[in-house]
Amino acid sequence: MSNAAPLPSNDADMIRLLLAINPDGLGGVCLRGLSGPERDAWVHGLIGALPEGTPWIKVPINVGQDRLLGGLDFAATMAAGKPVFAKGLLESADTGVLNLAMAERVDAATAAIVAQALDQRAVRVERDGIAATRPSRFGIVAFDEGLEDDERLPDVLAERIAFRLDAASLADAGEVAAIRDAVGRARSRLPDVRTPSAIIEALVAAALSFGIDSVRAELLAVEAARTMAAWRGKSEVDEAAAADAARLVYAWRATRLPAEATDEEQRNDEDDPPDEQDDETRSAGEDTLPDDVIVDAVRAALPDGLLEALAADASPRRAASGGRSESRTRSRRRGRPIGVKPSTDLAGSRLNLLATLKAAAPWQTLRRRETAGSSGRLALRKEDLHVTRFEDNVETATIFLVDASGSQAAQRLAEVKGAIELLLADCYVRRDHVALIAFRRDEAETLLPPTRALARVKRSLAALPGGGATPLATGLDRARDLATSVTRHGRVPVIVLLTDGRANVARDGSTGAEAASDDALKAARLLRAEGFRALLVDTSRRPRPRARELADAMGASYVPLPFADAAKISATVRSNVA
Amino acid sequence: MFPFSAIVGQDDMKQALMIAAVDRSIGGVLLFGDRGTGKSTAIRALASLLPKMRAVTGCPYSADPEVDHCHCDHCASPKRKSRLVPVPVVDLPLGVTEDRVVGALDIERALVHGEKAFDPGLLARANRGFLYIDEVNLLEDHIVDLLLDVAASGENLVEREGLSIRHPARFVLVGSGNPEEGELRPQLIDRFGLAVEVVTSKDVKGRVEVIRRRDAYERDPAGFAKKWSRADGRLRRRIVKARERLDDLELDDDILAKSAEICMALGTDGSRGELTLMRAARAFAALAGDEAVTLEHLRQVAPMALSHRLRRDPLDESSAGARVARVIERLL
Repeated sequence: MSNAAPLPSNDADMIRLLLAINPDGLGGVCLRGLSGPERDAWVHGLIGALPEGTPWIKVPINVGQDRLLGGLDFAATMAAGKPVFAKGLLESADTGVLNLAMAERVDAATAAIVAQALDQRAVRVERDGIAATRPSRFGIVAFDEGLEDDERLPDVLAERIAFRLDAASLADAGEVAAIRDAVGRARSRLPDVRTPSAIIEALVAAALSFGIDSVRAELLAVEAARTMAAWRGKSEVDEAAAADAARLVYAWRATRLPAEATDEEQRNDEDDPPDEQDDETRSAGEDTLPDDVIVDAVRAALPDGLLEALAADASPRRAASGGRSESRTRSRRRGRPIGVKPSTDLAGSRLNLLATLKAAAPWQTLRRRETAGSSGRLALRKEDLHVTRFEDNVETATIFLVDASGSQAAQRLAEVKGAIELLLADCYVRRDHVALIAFRRDEAETLLPPTRALARVKRSLAALPGGGATPLATGLDRARDLATSVTRHGRVPVIVLLTDGRANVARDGSTGAEAASDDALKAARLLRAEGFRALLVDTSRRPRPRARELADAMGASYVPLPFADAAKISATVRSNVA
Repeated sequence: MFPFSAIVGQDDMKQALMIAAVDRSIGGVLLFGDRGTGKSTAIRALASLLPKMRAVTGCPYSADPEVDHCHCDHCASPKRKSRLVPVPVVDLPLGVTEDRVVGALDIERALVHGEKAFDPGLLARANRGFLYIDEVNLLEDHIVDLLLDVAASGENLVEREGLSIRHPARFVLVGSGNPEEGELRPQLIDRFGLAVEVVTSKDVKGRVEVIRRRDAYERDPAGFAKKWSRADGRLRRRIVKARERLDDLELDDDILAKSAEICMALGTDGSRGELTLMRAARAFAALAGDEAVTLEHLRQVAPMALSHRLRRDPLDESSAGARVARVIERLL
């Protein structure tokens, strides 16, 4: 039976429909934005479109791996007197949809476990004495409520889902029509939908032209196009479906704009005689790659800001590698409990009672038999003891706040840069994140947000110009903002201020040593009030009381540069972190 | 299982896995790099390329009847038999608990019957085979510690409920991951003989082929595997032949001297790098069917044998691979 139902005209409805038909093939959607009635309505519509009884499994934030993967059910095991295993959420989601709440805060390990299940369409469990592989095919609806750019669904998952929707754009989501039956019919048609080679080629070419590296994006675009064809009762993907699929799957992944010139060249290469007049008829012809249609579709869907940001980048290839990768990197180490592990040594750790009982439970029969007469009491042994694991190393983000003003003579600035470079090697060993703020003239500039790419720090540092007045207070304020943001990301900020302490620009931009010094001291006290750890490296030729006074106001350790070698500063930083 | 020979491009990655299959003493492969490049597909596919091995029937550790002195009932029996079994490629999933790695008492038997019976873990299954860790940089530290400990001794020791079990656990580590998720501990990196940085191909034709094959595989996994089984068979025979040839391939003084020189110039710590370089060159030559190990072989394998052994210079922007290439260019 053929069904020529048209596709919904707006993206939100289209994505909802596609997911209802093919949740596991498309991986899912990331709903980015705060919760609201529109988001709820959209989700409600999706549930309504999915076949009756489709699992809809919520994964709470900070879910334990035992809940996610399944494991020994302690209570049931004790009651039954034999091991009872509880099914994990991933397995429960089979044939349905997994919901990730607060997806921007999902930690790396959890994300990777979900990703592995998506890839293998199965859950591998090796826990609590159980070894099993259970099939599970599901799609994800990730509620990403991140506000900042670096708060978002982990890449390892974003990579594996087809769509992203801006929660704010859901306002005009259409009414839920009764489409459940039609969805079911589309599902049954899906396996027979073919994708012509020319379409695949066009989708691949389009992905590359937008700087999308992963082949997964192309696979998802093909799958999306197939799903559309299935809905429309077609047995083959056509150009319109490919264009729609590319728009939905590629636009939010684009890392650069297609280079028009090379695009043109490529097309001309494909057509044998580069005859301009013939162009129109050719692009209408069947043999021509429809990639221009697809590229245009994606381009039209790029968010405004992104378009400008991408266009502004002179060398797009570089943007695709260096810049992006780092800005997408983020750590989710928040110094919180991350699991349990067996440990016979309880010194300095926290006993996890439940895990310990769980570990002891299976052996009770055995132990009772061995120690006859002690029945009724739980026989605990040392090897049962489990402790809660906390994030082993809370990461440090070292914020270098560099005085690049004129009072730092050029040669002195070079020495400061040298000192920082030495420190960087040390930060590398400790795997610190490093940020760089410089202040001069009337402003402070964050040259680098916290990063682990120390080579970038070095580059920024080398390019750092010197000269001008000293807006010390502004610099300190900036450092405080950054340190606050670092804390929010679960890292411990350490501010390393390199200055001679001679401020001459006040917060309001006025010059004058006195007001400037006052402001600087005020700003320093604010830092201290926040409890940020700090270190002041006095870069003046002769150490002065001014810098010392500033250090005291900041609650910072004080090291004069003439004596500051990397090892010493490093030790100071370390002792500040510990 | 997606067939190894159906993987499009990524020659370095495939080459490294083949080399590791020829000579296990090289010690494992680490695949690091871009997402969506088929790293885990390739490793999982490796299993079907490996020629079968002879193992004591019933032995949970797949003991070698010729060599091993395993203490299990099957090995200890005077009537022990052996048979050909596939070389294990054991997947170590994230979220694995310690008891499943090293093995523990069989819960069911302990609980229901009050019996002590050892339930071997993943290390037991991986004995004589490969242990694969996907997202290796996300593996929890206490599990990494276990692996390093066992990998160093080749033996797994479990003490539980007064039971003490010691069994052979010699496995080759294979890992894959994305450096953006965090860096690996140096001790763990050192465990990998070869390392390959896998980079996305920007070739349209190749990527189209990836999608076509993936589609064909999803439609009909069995038919697809059958279609590629001959190609896989050829690779398997190449591995078998290369293994046979390995002992006949001598490393002449010239090659030894050059290996030493390269490692010296790169400042790789210890003799491991040198040893790996020579072994990898020999396995590579054996795979190629060449009569002798040449400088060209050395050149081919040097990046994968050495790039992960360089002392990281955090301020040098050039990749480790490029640094190795520079030195090779200069010396060869």
